[in-house]
Order: sequence, then structure tokens, then C-alpha cells
Amino acid sequence: MTPQAQLLPGTLDLLILRAVSLGPLHGYGILLRIGQISRNALLIEQGALYPGLFRLVRQGLLKASWGTSENNRRAKFYELTAAGRKRLREETESWNRLATAIGAALAEQPEEA
Amino acid sequence: MRVLDSLRFRIATLFRGSEIDAEMEEELRSHIQHRADDLERSGLDRAEAERRARIEFGGQVKYKEECHDALGNNFIETLLQDVRFSLRVLRKSPGFTLAAIVTLALAIGANAVVFAILNALILHPRNVPQAESLYGIEHGSDKSPLESYPDYLDLRDRNQSFDGLAAYNVCWAGLDTGKDATEVGGYEVSGNYFDALGIQPYLGRFFNAADEHGPNSAPYMVLTYSFWHSHFQDDRSVVGRVVRLSKHPFTIVGVTPPDFQGTLLFISPDFFVPLVNKEQLDGEDILNARGNRKLLMALGHLRAGVTPAQAIADLNSIGSYLEKSYPQDDADMKFTLVRPGLAGDFLGGPVKAFVTGLMLLAGLMLLAACANLGSLFAARAADRSREVALRLALGSSRNRILRQVFTESVLISLVGGTLGLLGSMVLLRVLSTWEPLPGIRSLHIPVHPDANVYWVALLLALASGFLFGAVPVRQILRTNPYEIIKTGSIGKVGRRITLRDLLLGVQIAICAFLVTSSLVAARGLLRSLHSNFGFEPRNAMLVHTDLSTAGYRGDSVATMQKRMIEALETIPGAKSVGLVSWPPLGGGWIKSDVFTEQTTDLSLSNAAANAFLYNISPDYFQAAGTALLAGRPFSWHDDKNAPRVAVVNQEFAHKIFGSVTNAIGRQYKMPDGARMQVVGVVEDGKYLSLAEEPQPAMFLPFLQAPSSVTRLVVRSSRDPQQLAAAMKTTLQDLDAGLPFTIGPWTMDAALFAPHVATVSLGVMGVMGAMLAVTGIFGMAAYSVSKRLRELGIRIALGAQRRGVLEAALARPLKLLALGSAAGLLLGTLATRVLAFIVYQATPRDPLVLGGVVLAMVLLGLLATWIPAQRALSVDPAILLREE
Repeated sequence: MTPQAQLLPGTLDLLILRAVSLGPLHGYGILLRIGQISRNALLIEQGALYPGLFRLVRQGLLKASWGTSENNRRAKFYELTAAGRKRLREETESWNRLATAIGAALAEQPEEA
Repeated sequence: MRVLDSLRFRIATLFRGSEIDAEMEEELRSHIQHRADDLERSGLDRAEAERRARIEFGGQVKYKEECHDALGNNFIETLLQDVRFSLRVLRKSPGFTLAAIVTLALAIGANAVVFAILNALILHPRNVPQAESLYGIEHGSDKSPLESYPDYLDLRDRNQSFDGLAAYNVCWAGLDTGKDATEVGGYEVSGNYFDALGIQPYLGRFFNAADEHGPNSAPYMVLTYSFWHSHFQDDRSVVGRVVRLSKHPFTIVGVTPPDFQGTLLFISPDFFVPLVNKEQLDGEDILNARGNRKLLMALGHLRAGVTPAQAIADLNSIGSYLEKSYPQDDADMKFTLVRPGLAGDFLGGPVKAFVTGLMLLAGLMLLAACANLGSLFAARAADRSREVALRLALGSSRNRILRQVFTESVLISLVGGTLGLLGSMVLLRVLSTWEPLPGIRSLHIPVHPDANVYWVALLLALASGFLFGAVPVRQILRTNPYEIIKTGSIGKVGRRITLRDLLLGVQIAICAFLVTSSLVAARGLLRSLHSNFGFEPRNAMLVHTDLSTAGYRGDSVATMQKRMIEALETIPGAKSVGLVSWPPLGGGWIKSDVFTEQTTDLSLSNAAANAFLYNISPDYFQAAGTALLAGRPFSWHDDKNAPRVAVVNQEFAHKIFGSVTNAIGRQYKMPDGARMQVVGVVEDGKYLSLAEEPQPAMFLPFLQAPSSVTRLVVRSSRDPQQLAAAMKTTLQDLDAGLPFTIGPWTMDAALFAPHVATVSLGVMGVMGAMLAVTGIFGMAAYSVSKRLRELGIRIALGAQRRGVLEAALARPLKLLALGSAAGLLLGTLATRVLAFIVYQATPRDPLVLGGVVLAMVLLGLLATWIPAQRALSVDPAILLREE
């Protein structure tokens, strides 16, 4: 098992958007998908997902509808709205820029005097 | 678009609160089920899987709250949620809720009433445009609001600070509109009065400065709206009509707007006439009498940009000019500005002090109510500690729980405040239509609640809600969920003094304080009714009239007065008849400076005393029941042809002549230089108020010192009321056109202030007692319910009833004793202040002390009765089985 990292503040929303971008999912499904795409490297307390989901719905980035899950249980499914798709693109770009910059900065070997 | 969506979303969530709650619940449950499905697949049995899934999920309550927060608009949303929850909680304990609401309604109602009075009398006294720049002027070290007419003219014309300085005087006149002559009250005003105040006529026009051309040049009359309404039935054609005022024709020119009722509180006039016509009304010529400052009150709007300090400096420079130019008449002309409406500080001082004191008491009551409710709340919080602990353990934040508690308290305070305000409005309506002194029709206490009052009531309600809601806060913050859930209820019965004890103690002290003060006031009032005032008002009737209102002038006044006395003496049952200008303690009076015989420079600063002056008939002392200590009373021979004589009181004799025996035959001087020979000395009396120190007074024979203001005292050997009819026909036979009223000789005017003080303190005392009862009851009931189990065990082990009661009620009763003692002490100290209002108010009175103790014991019995019954009726068998 890989060691798990704490989430940086603000990144949960991005992960949720990313997870949902591949198709409508219910809450537990989103959690599994995040685990899957991050190769279980990130530690998220299960309940902590929901305030994030509600926030994104309120911001109009996700929309939710009730449906039936693969386990044949009633569940609420989330999918991206157009605004959500746009936001995901922007956030991904800006994240990548940041990650590259930080990575480069950390990789730089300072010249020793 | 986004904004719109979000708005719609917010509004939707607002109205779908419980629906959203249920949906959230279902979603979280669904999550846990899915997780449990997975765990089951990995080999756990279903029950274990669900347990694990719940643990992994984390604090459900906490995440639900966070979800609600995430949904936004959480303020209103959670508020509604809290309100719904609070309503549910409060409905579950209706007794508590009702007690809390009634307590607050009483306390806030009392505050609203007192504040409305404060607001109407002191903060916003007059309904005049730009009232904030309107000031009255006073002068001298005794802050007299009265000026003479020539001084007023100098002040009006020489000042640079006022946009017109107006003057007015209260007057009475006989009004003859063709029907019966009636006595009406009004103002004699300077010509610029309406212009200076900025009042516009409701009907017709107002007279103004241009109408004045010397004495009696402006026979115009303006009616107040209410008098026009009641006396002329809203007849618009009255404008231009000529009526007779004190036998002289006056033309009605206009009507004032409805909300303008003169510039003096309490006395709302029926009409306004120009000051230059004063001589026609009462025969007195003041227009050239610089030393005659019995009458005029001056007021005006400050010019824009002029500060009160600048205006005072301006007036003072005129004052020093007047002192230099007229040393005979003017001294001590240092001016101050006051809010108009209460005759300056003369009435304003006591009224202000009294209302402020009342406000303070009302504030204390509210504080007591808050203390009371705070302790009830704390008691409830302790009872609910299990619930609080459970919520905390489930991840709810302390903030959230505190919010909930505050919602409850504010909810109660708002409902209580609203009820209190409604009650106070009813009370105020009654108060403003009340005529405190029967016979003086124009005397009113005009209190109409305005927006200020509503705001203050709302603020007080909110503040008290937060105040008593804050009491249990510390308790909640300290709650340790694990301890409480493990051990059950808090088993500790604290022996140390808690905040709750302190609050209740303070409250009982306040109650005892109020009870003490009201008893002291009531006793003082009772005693005042039976003490010696230097005259005997019982068994006497009084005729009020003013001969000038029927056109009598000069010598005809005294002639008519003599005829009236002689006619009344013939009535069967009339023992003696006396005449006096203004009876003592009647609310009206005249004072004059007097000088020693040796004084030659009769400047005001050389005056030996300032004495009350009464114009009386020879038999007045007999009719009034005033004891003559030395010398002789007046006779009918003390007339214009005889040397001037006077009878003085004991205080006067001591002050001017050293002793009573010294005074007889000696002389003193009046301000006009006249030498008066003292022929008699009478006992001291009360002249202006019951609480006053002995004051010098002089009595002059009405044949030498005439007065058209006439009060006839008719002393009777039987029920004086039976004489009234005979008196009326006798006087009407003499002159059918003379307006007069007949009534028993009362001291309503002098007893008004002590009455008001006693009644308001009594009301406060009763309310304080009710608060103390709820407070003690709450504490005792709580202490009994907390210790039911212990009491049950005691009973099971054979404890006596006495022992059980002691265990259950010792604490509240100890508090009662301590609080009462403290309150009694405070009350004893405070009644020194009371002594200024109520004659002979003293707490060193066994009846008062006994009364307070008895009252507090009764309160204690009343408040602990039910809890005591409950403690005694504990059935150990049932109790021990239940726990």
C-alpha cells in the first residue's frame, strides 16, 4: 500500500470535478473513482466528500439527480454542468502550471559557492 | 445567469428546509449502505459491515451541518432551523415558556411605559418644527423662567442669537359666546409667538407682531384645535366671529394645527391672545412694570450656526446692561438655556429627577427579570446537559449549540417584549387622557408613544434575550460529553456559591428594595394626609373665581368681594367665610421680596427675605383654621384709609425680627418702599409643597392689597358638600355673569407628586415581588427536582418532614433572607432621596420594617409552597424503581 498524503486545501473540489468528468457518479462512486485515479495515494475521510459536493452543486458546477445504483440502491448521481466542465479545464491548467513551476523550483540544484 | 440560478437555489432551499434535510439524510445513508455492500463482499457479515461503514464515514452530524453551511445562505437557513427547533423545545415545557414570557412582558412593558414618559416629557417635549434648536431662557441663581415684559422687550430686541424670541404666560378668562359664561384657560403671547415657533394656522390666520400697537390694541384670539373641536364643533365659520373674553370683545382669527398644544407641558391652552391685551383679561397692567416678573416665559429658535454657549454669552451681556440700567428692578441676570416645556428647571428639575429615578428602577426590574430568566435557563441547560453532551459527541459544534440556546432566549424575549409593548401602549393611552387634578381641565400628561419607544422596547427585548441567554454559556462550553454520558446526570450537588445563587440573591435584594421604598412612600403619604399644614382643608368648601374675568376693575373688585363674603356668611351651616388670593398648597402662589425697616437702597440684592404673599380677608385665619400665635388678625377697618398692616408667620418673624414677640408692632418694607406694620403672627404652614422647609410668609388685608383672583373658604359645621348648592345660587344672585367653580378644599395639587411617586413605586414593588416569586420558585423547584432521588432515600431512611424540607429548601430560603436584608438596607438608604418627593418619608418606622419582613416572608412561602409539597410527597418506592 502506498503511503497516503493529506489533501491540499481546495484540491478536493478539483478531484471531484475530475472524477465526475468521466461520467455521472453517486457519492460513494466518486470516492472510489478518486481512489482509483489517484492510485489510493490520497486520504479523504468519507463524510468530508459531501460538504464539497453540496458546495459544487450550489456553485452550479455539478448537477444532481436521483437514480438507481449498480447495487440496486437508490442514490444521488452527480454530473458536470457546462460551467463545471469549463471550470475543470481552467483549474487543471492552472494546477499544472503551478505543479510544473513548483517541481522545477524544487528540482533546481543551487550552485554552491 | 449564475447569480439568478444561485438566488433561485437559495430561495428554494429556504422553503424546502425539512425536505432538504430528509434528502441529505437519505444520501448519506445510501453512501454508508454502498460502503457496507463492499465490505460485506470482502467477507464481513452484514451487521459488522454496516458498523464499520458508519465508523469510516465519520461524524454524520458534523458533516450534515457542514453540508448545510455549504448550501449557503446558512444564516437565514440555520436561523429558521433554530427557530423551528426552539419552538418545538419551548412547546414541550409550556410552564417555563409562559413564566418566562410573562416575566419579560412585565419588565419590558414597565420599561416601555417609563421610557415613553421620559421621551415625551424630557427628550422630545414639544411638537414644534425644528424642536432641537428651540430653547427657553432662565435667569438668576434660582433659575427663574419668568421675565418682566420690559425686560423681555430688551432681550427680544437686543439679542443677536435667536430667530425671534417669543414670550407667553398662562392665563384664565371668562368666555362668553352668548351662552353661559365659562372659565377657559389660555396663553397670553407676544405678537411674534407663532412666527418665532414656526407654526402655521390650521384655519384662518395668526396674529403677528404687526398687529400690536400698544396696550389693548390687538383684540384677536386664536383657538387651539381641540378647543375649537370641543367648544365650537369644528365650525369653520368661527373665523371672524366676535366673542367676549372677560367682558371684552375679541375677534377669533384662526385655529392652530391639531398637534400643537402650546409650549408648556401639562397645561394645554384653549386659546391664545396677544400679551398687549392682558389688561383687558385680568386688569393687570404689566407692560411697563419692569419689576413684575411673575409671568412671562420666553423661548425661541437659535439662529443657524449659533451655539447655546454663544447665545448665553449674548444674553448675559444684555443682562449686565439691564442690571446697570435698572438696579431697582434687575439683579442676578445670568442666563441659562433650557429645553422648553416644563417651565424650565422649575418643574423640569423634579420631573427629570423623578422620571430618571423611575427609569433606573425600571432598568433594575428588567435586570432582575434577566437574572431570573438567566437562572431558569441555566437550570434548564443543566437538565439538558445530556442532550448537549450527546450532540457534542455526535460532532455538533459548540457554536451551533450556543446559537440554538440564544435563538430560544431571543425568541422568548421578542414575544415577551411585543406583549409588554402592547400592554404599555394601552396603559399610555389611559395615561394621556387622564386628568390628574379634577377641576383643572387643561392639565394633561401628554404621552404618546412614537418610533423611539418601539425601538427602545425592541432593543431592550433583544438585549435582555442575549443577556439571559448568555448565563448558561459557560456551562455549555465546559460540557465534557464523555463524562456526562458515562455518569448519567451531574450528580454533584454543589455547596459553593454559584452564579445562579448570586443572580437570585441580587434579584431578591432588588425586590426587597422596591417593597421597602413603596411602603415608605405609602406611609409617608398617609402621614402627610393627617399632618398639620398650617391650615385645615377638611370640612371646608372652596369657591374659585377671578373677578377680572367678569370685568371687575379697581375698587369694584374689593366691593364685590366683600358682598360675596357677606352673602355666603348668611348660608345656614356656614361657620365662617374667608377670602384668600391663592390658597396655600393650591398650586398657585405669589412671592415678594421684603426689606428690613432700615434698608434704604431697595435693590433686589439687599432683600432680607423672599416671602409668600397672601391677600386675605379679616376672617380668613378662622375659616382656614390657621392658629394665631400673637397679636391680632385683620379687621374690616384695615382698609385704604388705615396704616398698612401685615400678619406674618413664625418663620418670617424669626428671620426678620429675631423672635415672635419681637415682631409685633415692628415694621418692614415692601419692594415699592411701603412700610408694613406687623400686627400679628401665625403658625408656620406648608405653602408650595409638603416636603418644603419652613418658609417665610406674609398675609396682607385685601382692602389694602387688592387681588382679583379670589378663593373663598367656607367652613362648615356639617358635611360641607351640602352647602354647595346654596353657595351656587347665592353667588349667581350676586352676578349671573361671573364664572366660578365650587369644590371641597383639596390638596390634590400638593399631593399630586407624592401620589404619583407612591403609585409608581407600588406598581414597581408589586412587579418586583412577582419577579422574586418566579425567581425563588424556579430555584426551589429546580433544587427539589435535582435532588428528588436523594430526598427519596432520606425519606426511605426515615427522615422527618422537617429534615426533608430543610434539605430541599434551605438554600433558596437562605438566599431569601440574605437578599431581603440587603434590599432593606438599600431601601433605607435610598428613601433619603424619596423624602424630597414624599413628605415625611422615613424608613425608621416599625410598621414599614415589619411590613417589608412580612411581605418577604409571604413571598418566600408563596414561592416555595409547590416545591415543598413536591419534596414532601416524594414516594421513595416509585422513585427508586424509576432511576
